[in-house]
Amino acid sequence: MTEMAHALRVQNLSKSFNDNSVLRGISLDVATHEVVCLIGASGSGKSTLLRCINLLEPVNAGRIWLGDEEITRAGIDEDRVRQRIGIVFQAFNLFPHMTVLRNITLGPREALGLSRSEADERARGLLERFGLSEKSDDYPDRLSGGQQQRVAIVRALAMDPELILLDEVTSALDPELIAEVLNLIRELAGRGMTMVIATHEMSFARDIADRVCFLDEGVIAEAGPPDQIFTAPSHPRTQRFLQRIIAAGRM
Amino acid sequence: MGDTKRSAGRGSRLLGNRAVLVSTTSTILFFIAVAVVVALAPGSDIVGERFLNWVHLKQSLLGTATAPSVAEAFLLNVRMFMIAEAIILVLALVIALVRGVPGPVFFPFRAVAVVYTDIFRGVPLILVLYMIGFGVPGLGLGYVSTRSDITYGIIALVLVYSAYVAEVYRAGIDSVHQSQTAAARSLGLSRWQSMRFVVLPQAVRRVIPPLLNDFIGLQKDTALVSVLGSIEAARAAQIYGAEQFNYSAYVVAALLFVLVTIPLARFTDHLIARDRRRREAGGAAPGALGTAAGAPHDVPGTIG
Repeated sequence: MTEMAHALRVQNLSKSFNDNSVLRGISLDVATHEVVCLIGASGSGKSTLLRCINLLEPVNAGRIWLGDEEITRAGIDEDRVRQRIGIVFQAFNLFPHMTVLRNITLGPREALGLSRSEADERARGLLERFGLSEKSDDYPDRLSGGQQQRVAIVRALAMDPELILLDEVTSALDPELIAEVLNLIRELAGRGMTMVIATHEMSFARDIADRVCFLDEGVIAEAGPPDQIFTAPSHPRTQRFLQRIIAAGRM
Repeated sequence: MGDTKRSAGRGSRLLGNRAVLVSTTSTILFFIAVAVVVALAPGSDIVGERFLNWVHLKQSLLGTATAPSVAEAFLLNVRMFMIAEAIILVLALVIALVRGVPGPVFFPFRAVAVVYTDIFRGVPLILVLYMIGFGVPGLGLGYVSTRSDITYGIIALVLVYSAYVAEVYRAGIDSVHQSQTAAARSLGLSRWQSMRFVVLPQAVRRVIPPLLNDFIGLQKDTALVSVLGSIEAARAAQIYGAEQFNYSAYVVAALLFVLVTIPLARFTDHLIARDRRRREAGGAAPGALGTAAGAPHDVPGTIG
């Protein structure tokens, strides 16, 4: 009864591509309104974990629950699950043949069955809120990278998801465009959005996360509040990783 | 990177002016040479008379009391390729989609689609025409076996060209980066919805030029339906030639085919250019498709 409501539970998740095992028994609970940051070197399994949670990759072993529902069970309606989880990709993946507005309303209209006017209204409200109103009739190629990524986040939000997964969403951006995207994510966190964020932006992770998980070779080597992970990491691999980050001037 | 590109651009513009001059000169010289060779040929007068006789050109175009009008016969070609093309565009898409349906249950459908494209791309159209045009009536199947030559001709054209066009569609579908599908599926769209709203619209835009190519091929190949007895433009020209001992009618028929294809080619160019302008206006990156669909590392180039 006193237990916090879980938005997401991952239990003993394993995933391999051919002989290459990328996730080796990941367990992770995310509470509603919690922001969890995944850090770790490239290839540590952060992106794969997010793709598995969104069922874009089939898992080899382990179970995942979204709210009370196990989404890894046989016969689950994957489309319905994905409607409840938003994911934003490193490369934006906007639809280049659609205007910004249509990019955002596609999911609500076709997957959720909203009418055109309902979907448009919802999309325009979100665009307004994030300062993108005047871009609604533009095609993605006319926007800067930062604007494209903000539109991609709005596209995920328009589905009104229970959980948002962000997969290194600033890695493809020029440095001066990163802030606008991070500020948007901060605002979402402030409004209580449940998020799992894979990121290389350590100071951002430290700033925004309720909990930080350090992934190393497919396992969560260490997890805890950001202050603990960033100032007093206990695992030697975490220490080494953070030293490298500091040496590279990324923190 | 940006600097070298810009200076390369200036260089090629200068080169462009010179290239235009060179190409114009060489074109003029080439045609003068061809004209001289043709004019000096021992039989040039006779060939000119046989193929480019003004009276015969006009007469074959309009028809005589005994020979059909090539222009009127050409309307049959137009009708055949309009009907065939409409069916092909749909049927080929269905074949391409069937070929891409995953899952073991659909194996027989995929197999049929593969065998179909293999066979009908491999057999010469004229043989398919003979087999359909003479074979189906021979079966004695009532309604099916008592259609006109034109109908059998259209069926043969559809069978052969759908196989080609299906492969064009498939190439277009494969060319859309899988991250687009991932993005569509992540919004909760079904496989079919992702295909319909995200992949196909992009795929079709990319294959418009090769589709047009096949469309033009189809227009010309309607002439082959004459082997079943239909009097289309090429056959009408042949009849005129046989009657008048003059081949100007062939030139008329050729010109009619060209007259239809050229505007179509220009129109398609226009569509492609308009689509590109619309998406890229505002001065985004030249490889703009890649920024949204492709590798993330291309992205920093988009904004100066």
